[in-house]
Amino acid sequence: MIRRTLTIEVFRFNPQTPDIKPYMETYTVKEVPNMTLFVALNTIREEQDPSLMFDFVCRAAICGSCAMLVNGRPRLACKTLTKTLPSHIKLLPLPVFKLIGDLSVDTGTWFRHLNLKTQAWIHTDKTFDPKAIEERMDNETALKIYEAERCIECGCCVAGCATANIRDDFLGAAGLNKIARFMVDPRDKRSDQNFFEVIGTDEGVFGCMGLMACDDNCPQELPLQMQLAFVRRRMAMTGIFGGK
Amino acid sequence: MSLFNIHLTDVLVIGAGLAGERAAVEAASFGCDVTILSLVPPRRSHSTAAQGGMQASLGNCAKGLGDNPDIHFEDTVKGSDWGCEQDVARLFVNVAPIAIRQLAFWGVPWNRVVAGKRKLPDGSIIEELKEKEGLITARAFGGTAKWRTCYTSDGTGHSVQYTMDSIVVKLGVTVHDRIEAMALIHDGERCYGAVARDLRTGELRAYVSKATVIATGGYGRIYGISTNAVINEGTGMAIAQDTGVVPLGNMEAVQFHPTGLFPVWILITEGARGDGGYLLDKNEHRFMPDYEPVKKELASRDVVSRCMIQHMRKGFGVETDMGTHLWLDIRHLGAKHIHTNLREIDNICKNFAGIDPVKELIPVRPTQHYSMGGIRTNIDGHAYGLKGLFAAGEASCWDLHGFNRLGGNSLAETIVMGLIVGEKVAEYTEGTEFVLPQRLVQDHMKKQQERIDKLIKASNNGENVYELRRKMEETLMEKVGIFRNGKDLEEAVHTLQDLLKRSQNISLRSSGKGANPELASALRLPGMIRLALSIAYGALMRTESRGSHAREDYPQRDDVNWLKRTLATWPEGNELPELSYEPVTITELPPGDRGYGEASQSGKSKE
Ligand SMILES: Cc1cc2nc3c(=O)[nH]c(=O)nc-3n(C[C@H](O)[C@H](O)[C@H](O)COP(=O)(O)OP(=O)(O)OC[C@H]3O[C@@H](n4cnc5c(N)ncnc54)[C@H](O)[C@@H]3O)c2cc1C
Ligand code: SF4
Ligand code: SF4
Ligand code: FES
Repeated sequence: MIRRTLTIEVFRFNPQTPDIKPYMETYTVKEVPNMTLFVALNTIREEQDPSLMFDFVCRAAICGSCAMLVNGRPRLACKTLTKTLPSHIKLLPLPVFKLIGDLSVDTGTWFRHLNLKTQAWIHTDKTFDPKAIEERMDNETALKIYEAERCIECGCCVAGCATANIRDDFLGAAGLNKIARFMVDPRDKRSDQNFFEVIGTDEGVFGCMGLMACDDNCPQELPLQMQLAFVRRRMAMTGIFGGK
Repeated sequence: MSLFNIHLTDVLVIGAGLAGERAAVEAASFGCDVTILSLVPPRRSHSTAAQGGMQASLGNCAKGLGDNPDIHFEDTVKGSDWGCEQDVARLFVNVAPIAIRQLAFWGVPWNRVVAGKRKLPDGSIIEELKEKEGLITARAFGGTAKWRTCYTSDGTGHSVQYTMDSIVVKLGVTVHDRIEAMALIHDGERCYGAVARDLRTGELRAYVSKATVIATGGYGRIYGISTNAVINEGTGMAIAQDTGVVPLGNMEAVQFHPTGLFPVWILITEGARGDGGYLLDKNEHRFMPDYEPVKKELASRDVVSRCMIQHMRKGFGVETDMGTHLWLDIRHLGAKHIHTNLREIDNICKNFAGIDPVKELIPVRPTQHYSMGGIRTNIDGHAYGLKGLFAAGEASCWDLHGFNRLGGNSLAETIVMGLIVGEKVAEYTEGTEFVLPQRLVQDHMKKQQERIDKLIKASNNGENVYELRRKMEETLMEKVGIFRNGKDLEEAVHTLQDLLKRSQNISLRSSGKGANPELASALRLPGMIRLALSIAYGALMRTESRGSHAREDYPQRDDVNWLKRTLATWPEGNELPELSYEPVTITELPPGDRGYGEASQSGKSKE
């Protein structure tokens, strides 16, 4: 097998040293079988440039840490095999999120803020009784909740979204999907009116232009298009009929 | 020292995985002011990677009917090869069902019982009861007499972590992410918090607290070849040991999994072999029957891992630029079976190896998986050696797992122990005065600043951090791996001692300024090597085989001399840990036969 030599162009900027303006730096790496961008970037850091900043945690497409623009498209770097890419690869940090340095961005703070704003927890007036057995739930319902809960907060949908790129308060597909997760959960006692107060605005459902870049970019293959339509329908009804 | 970089809190929790967040929520619910530190945003912690599930004896599903804490207790103690604390195991099995139900109350979408008849992969038919419909169901896991492992499809850790974090957000608990604890502030008797480094800016801060909880997870990555997340470098254990007074328990107890996907070491579940997959060598010869004619690929995890290593040592591994591996072959199971029953494996192979397992062989190798050892605590989670220091989760040695933990018991441990430790911490802080020992804080800050300055200033002809690290990883993998013997272990101890010395002379090739990743690695390395030495030296001294600790030269379990726990402290300036031993608490189940696993007989395999 002929081994390719990869040319990897990487965005460099460290907000700690603002005098050095952003620039692109080029590295070359010998491709090995089954190389992912996780392997390629670590090889660069260990053998060529130990100052290079990027984030990996699980390296298994589970934790959502490593999203970046790979040849212009938001991707999980750990899940991207170099053999699926041309030999010239251009890596940029995700837009929308605050830059920490080079390819590392602060998705964590953004999502914590989102979770606070959408109050992404079960709202109930019950208290837990340690002596009682669990409340029953239909398995179908459990699976439906889990389906929406599969979001790994990677930010790919947000980075590729036109609205999010111009409105920094837009909740994005990830935010609306979160609302959908709690809407289908019978344990959450919020009414549609309560949800409407959070997302019935241009920051929420009505900011979405429906171009579905989010749906294409989600590495978890969440049915974002469907979820957005579901939330929009419920919210439109609430807007008109006041959630009755 | 300016006061701007001191943060005061009742309870400092280091680590935002399941154990840390559960402890934080409990302490906060008792009214404590809690601050959590984490290397990464909480929802990126390694706990999210656990897919299988967590054990609690609810007894709702057909194959779990009649289950109860007593049976769970027995499974746990046998699994541990009698190395666990039985009072701890008893407490754990009793609390686990409550802890699971509380998670359901908070929002975890556990899979539920669906009434009716169902056919299992082996062809047998079971019937789920109508009266149990809608209650939390469970799946099978190795080493359990009943189906007891509760789960949410293929993402249990993810769901539980997201739910725990939603409670953390709801309660408004302070979380500082991208912060790394580097040292504990202590005076040899009491712990006053930690010195930490901001991984965004590189700056140091002091966190001063009444009580400190270490919940930093496992150290898998000191073994290079590990299923663990890349941030699992054991720094929490290392900073505890670094105090010179806190012992680590049973560090030689390390669990391996036979099939990590080469060369990214992502876990390929046992389902692959359970359903009939073969292991092949470089000649595509199925070698397991040569070693284990009866059980073949289905021998216990430890046994299969040992055979694989031995076969590779003999030169039958597939050599590549990135190391040596063997093959897992599931092609003969057919496309239909692989696409339905083994879908998760199919996805992992496609995404991370670009392999279609219907047509191609899967490269695998035994891979480090779990650390049973850790910061030794009492049953309340209070660490030995320092007042005000607690530990929880994989970073601790509570000691629920002894020499082998059961699948599904570690997630459950994070939640159960987190709950218990959170309450005990609240009790402790209630009765403790807040003290700000200015001088002590200053000294500890200064010491860490000096380490950083020394590294930044070092001439550039010193040691390369990545080279030393790789050497440590290789040494552990080759000599302190699945198979152990006196000669290899001695060599490992020497090599690691040499590496420890050399790690004092690292020089950086980058500037080391700000959030520099090379500096971060250089700061961690000496502590990691000390952990490696604690494992290697503990394994060298333990002249028996028990659970995951398999000595080729001492293949039998030896209850007369070794029914005890290793404690490894590291007094300042020492070249080796100081080992002492304590008895194992046995309250209910005297040592006996595990009834499975060949740990005590397969040490010497046929050629
Ligand atoms: C692939 C895989 C699958 C698994 N599947 C299962 C399963 O199905 N069932 C089961 O029971 N167990 C499973 N386990 C084991 C289980 O997942 C872990 O034991 C458990 O999640 C550990 O939780 P924890 O809270 O102790 O630590 P972690 O979840 O690892 O969290 C550690 C936290 O500490 C932080 N941290 C670390 N060092 C520092 C520092 N110096 N300063 C500040 N913060 C720090 C990290 O940022 C992180 O937030 C699996 C393990 C692996 C590797
Ligand atoms: S459909 Fe809406 S959320 Fe999705 S990318 Fe377009 S504007 Fe953004
Ligand atoms: S919805 Fe998909 S793309 Fe968006 S953050 Fe969640 S996992 Fe990532
Ligand atoms: S490193 Fe976790 S998703 Fe890529």
